[in-house]
Amino acid sequence: MEVKNASAGTLESGDILIQIFPSEAEGVQIDLNSTVAYQFGEQIKTVITETLSGLGIDHVAIKATDKGALDCTIRARVTAAAVRATGKDVWA
Amino acid sequence: MSLIEAAAAGMGKKVYHESNKTKDVTPRLNLQKESGKVVTLEEAIKRSGLKDGMTISFHHHFRGGDKVVNLVVGTLAKMGFKNLKLAASSLQDVHEPLIDHIKNGVITEISTSGMRGELAREISHGLMEKPVIFRSHGGRGSAIANGDLHIDVAFLGASSCDPLGNACGYSRSNRAKSICGSLGYALPDARYADKVVILTDNLVDYPNTPNAISEHDVDYVVEVPMVGDSSKIASGAIRDTKNPRDILLAKQAAKVIVNSGYFKNGFSIQTGSGGASLAAVKYLRQSMIDNDIKASFALGGITAHMVKMHEEGLIDRLIDVQSFDKVAAESLKNDAMHKEVSACEYAAKDEPGAATHYLDIVILSALEVDVNFNVNVLVGSDGIIRGAIGGHPDTAEDAALSIIVCPLLRGRIPCVVDEVTTLITPGSSVDVVVTEYGIAVNPRRPELKERLAKAGLKIVDIVDLKDRALKVIGKPAPLPFGDKVVGIVMNRDGSVLDVIKNIVEPK
Repeated sequence: MEVKNASAGTLESGDILIQIFPSEAEGVQIDLNSTVAYQFGEQIKTVITETLSGLGIDHVAIKATDKGALDCTIRARVTAAAVRATGKDVWA
Repeated sequence: MSLIEAAAAGMGKKVYHESNKTKDVTPRLNLQKESGKVVTLEEAIKRSGLKDGMTISFHHHFRGGDKVVNLVVGTLAKMGFKNLKLAASSLQDVHEPLIDHIKNGVITEISTSGMRGELAREISHGLMEKPVIFRSHGGRGSAIANGDLHIDVAFLGASSCDPLGNACGYSRSNRAKSICGSLGYALPDARYADKVVILTDNLVDYPNTPNAISEHDVDYVVEVPMVGDSSKIASGAIRDTKNPRDILLAKQAAKVIVNSGYFKNGFSIQTGSGGASLAAVKYLRQSMIDNDIKASFALGGITAHMVKMHEEGLIDRLIDVQSFDKVAAESLKNDAMHKEVSACEYAAKDEPGAATHYLDIVILSALEVDVNFNVNVLVGSDGIIRGAIGGHPDTAEDAALSIIVCPLLRGRIPCVVDEVTTLITPGSSVDVVVTEYGIAVNPRRPELKERLAKAGLKIVDIVDLKDRALKVIGKPAPLPFGDKVVGIVMNRDGSVLDVIKNIVEPK
């Protein structure tokens, strides 16, 4: 699937900013910066990866700036960013 | 031998001989200007006899606006001092320059109530060889009085001082530059330190009365451009929180107080910092008016809120160890019913008359509360030091009713947990925990639980609160602690309560 640069989310407390970039490399590369990295870093990466693979997206680089978002928020932001990056409406 | 000589010999004393010296007849307004106590900072340091390895102390009444610690430690570094022990009543973000002084060996030990910002981050990662000693405000007062914390030279900032050393946290001169109000945390230092240096940005004529620190305790007076930026203590106006969650917590806390059995004419109260606990007073105020109930005193940590209620006649006296804002500082200066007290008179366990012993109600905040009602206010849930003990354990232990107000979650960080990261206030001191999902009452207080339930408040089990938090956020991974002890938490009775280990950044 062709992917353009896109983003979703904010830097507010309790939110996460997801930026998607096309990548040559296989799979999903995540650059995570989180205020709760020690306790939830791995879990956040897992949620991002699973959400993208559920949408059939790979060959992307993700820059995620997290301010303590819950899993549901992370899934919503990743999905919105993916829709903007691919132009394909997953809700249609 | 004359009778006089015999009397003197019997007492081991000399016989009086009239002196040949003539009086100094300088007019006294001029004479005080030649006071030998007024010297430069370098001269005061030299004359104080400070040596490598000794203990220096500071107060934190200017909070984020403090100019004294960085000035004095910077000067000591230039003069070549090493291995000094820094005993501050607390440290703030503004004290980041201490990092270099620690790296250069100027400061090798620290004791304080808390620390924040970069300094705290570096220390949490193992910057210092020796662990930082953390004490509560009451605990520090006791430690200074009983010799556990011996201070060689105290460097105390004051907003006015006369050439003889009478000093206070405000000024009555029209050349006043700063104001911090109460000097409560500096008073044990002034009394017990071997040498006391007052730094002031307003050198006024003798006698600077009423004074907080007496000339009797002061060895040197140093004039400096600025001891502190008062605007950084807190804003002068009453700030009402607009956060709906804080307002909900505040209303619940006020209901707990009203129905606790302690809401009676002549009760006493203290509030900690934090939006919800300050707002609780606002709702309590209305209940006091409606029920015609007046408080005998408010303690603290005095804020503009408390001053307003005092001026309205709802609170008879204010007892002030630290003025939290400019309104409180001005009130301390102008109102005789607003009393300044030392850290010992405020909250020392071994001081029979400490105000906390006679406190009915305290409302406090928390970073974490655990299922055994233990509280942490010092170390963040990421293992990094980011707060201060303050008077938390002192007031919680002594007050007849201690109420902790905290949200269930802060972002993804749970505030109700299995076990606190660092133990600051033991669960035996904590009576009620107020969250937006219900109120938990310590099983040690069944009568209180009954009263609150009867009043229709939503009482929950603290374990259910913890489970509810975990359900929302998922299970946190354990923190990457190392094996080095970077901090030791002292209980207020001088025993060791807990240790803080270093955080190791995962690769």
